[in-house]
Amino acid sequence: MDALKLFLDNFADWDSLVRIWPLLWQGLQLTVLLAVVTVPIAVAAGLLIAVVYSFHHKWTNVALLVWIDLFRSFPVLVLLILIFYGLPFLGVKLPSFAACVLALVLNYSGYYGEIFRAGIESVPLGQREAALAMGLRPLQAIFLVILPQAISRVLAPLASNSLELVKTTSIAALVALPELLRSARVAQEQTYNPTPLTAAAILFFVLLWPFARWVAKLERDMIVRRQ
Amino acid sequence: MGPLLDNFFNPQILAQYWPSILGGFWLTIEVALLTIAMGVVTGLVLAIVRALKWRPADIAITVFVDIFRTLPQLVIIVFLYFALPYADIQLSPFAATTLALGAVLAAFATEIFWAAIQAVPQGQWDAARSLGLGFFRILFLVVLPQAIRIAVPLLTNRAIAITKGTALGTAVSLPELLGRAQSAMAIAANPSPLTLAAALYLVFFVPLVIASRWIERTSGPAPAHRR
Repeated sequence: MDALKLFLDNFADWDSLVRIWPLLWQGLQLTVLLAVVTVPIAVAAGLLIAVVYSFHHKWTNVALLVWIDLFRSFPVLVLLILIFYGLPFLGVKLPSFAACVLALVLNYSGYYGEIFRAGIESVPLGQREAALAMGLRPLQAIFLVILPQAISRVLAPLASNSLELVKTTSIAALVALPELLRSARVAQEQTYNPTPLTAAAILFFVLLWPFARWVAKLERDMIVRRQ
Repeated sequence: MGPLLDNFFNPQILAQYWPSILGGFWLTIEVALLTIAMGVVTGLVLAIVRALKWRPADIAITVFVDIFRTLPQLVIIVFLYFALPYADIQLSPFAATTLALGAVLAAFATEIFWAAIQAVPQGQWDAARSLGLGFFRILFLVVLPQAIRIAVPLLTNRAIAITKGTALGTAVSLPELLGRAQSAMAIAANPSPLTLAAALYLVFFVPLVIASRWIERTSGPAPAHRR
């Protein structure tokens, strides 16, 4: 029982939790804000990449592939450090929130672009030809005919990529943006016990678990169906 | 061009910090390889245990998978390094980073292998049983060889993505590539070491990203013109 008490006092100390709760709550809000801002921008950028790609201009496509692979090859934290600590040497000083959004968008729009592109290519060419023959403009054909079919085919990787993006917002902690993880670390310096970290981990879990379950189900279905 | 060259490609500073940063590069590769070995082997073992359909093990594995698939990698690394010491478990930065990333990959690998095992048609089990094979021989000689082939593309992409998390070790002062570059940048007051690190990350990851693109092409939702 002593061990259990010691554990609870350290990792789940109620008094500490009550004291640092406002800090954690603010951190949670910032994490959600970061996700809500970043995901739509990255999705839109990825969609733009895939739509431009679908017009099959040789050199634009080569340029797009280089762009995508370049930014997918950096660990996103390396991009963030380059933007936040490197760019000021060129006189470009971004606030930490903007730096995080930029790093995450550069990295994840590449993944989204690849996913949308695979989806678009999986729709038979005849769909596009038929849409054009019906008098739709090329952009209408893509947005009204091709994309709805494409997205349903790549829903699993889309959802999975979005989940990873939301999880990755936690790297903002490393450029002193007080999101949930950073807030917990700051709080830990006040409480001298790991209760804030435990609480932050639980908050992350509660926030993301339903989504993670849904993504897992989509991926499982995809693997089983594809065989 | 002057400030750009002086700041980001300063030959003197590059020459001075090259050995230290190269050392970080090897450490990054070491962590990456260990993570992949740990993650894939653990994932395969856990998926096999799940195939035994023993309920207590099933529940334990589900809890493990859900926790490590849902929590951000950085949160897990920080928790292992900064919270566990209060439970008298003092991990080195190397151990904390490798264990955290290995556990995350293990969680995803378990899911992927398990889905792949289920994707092998029931008829394979029935046919093997009618030939007189026992459960384990069916599993190891008939089902797993097919399941692993199904799992490889998804597993490769996941492994590459998680391997990029090695850069997160810098948060617990692991002297890997990014960490070395950041301290060199602080001492030299010049971001050239960061450029060098970024270039080395590209050397490591661009071939992997291109390989994963190739694997996606041969196994993803098939482009319409190949069907």
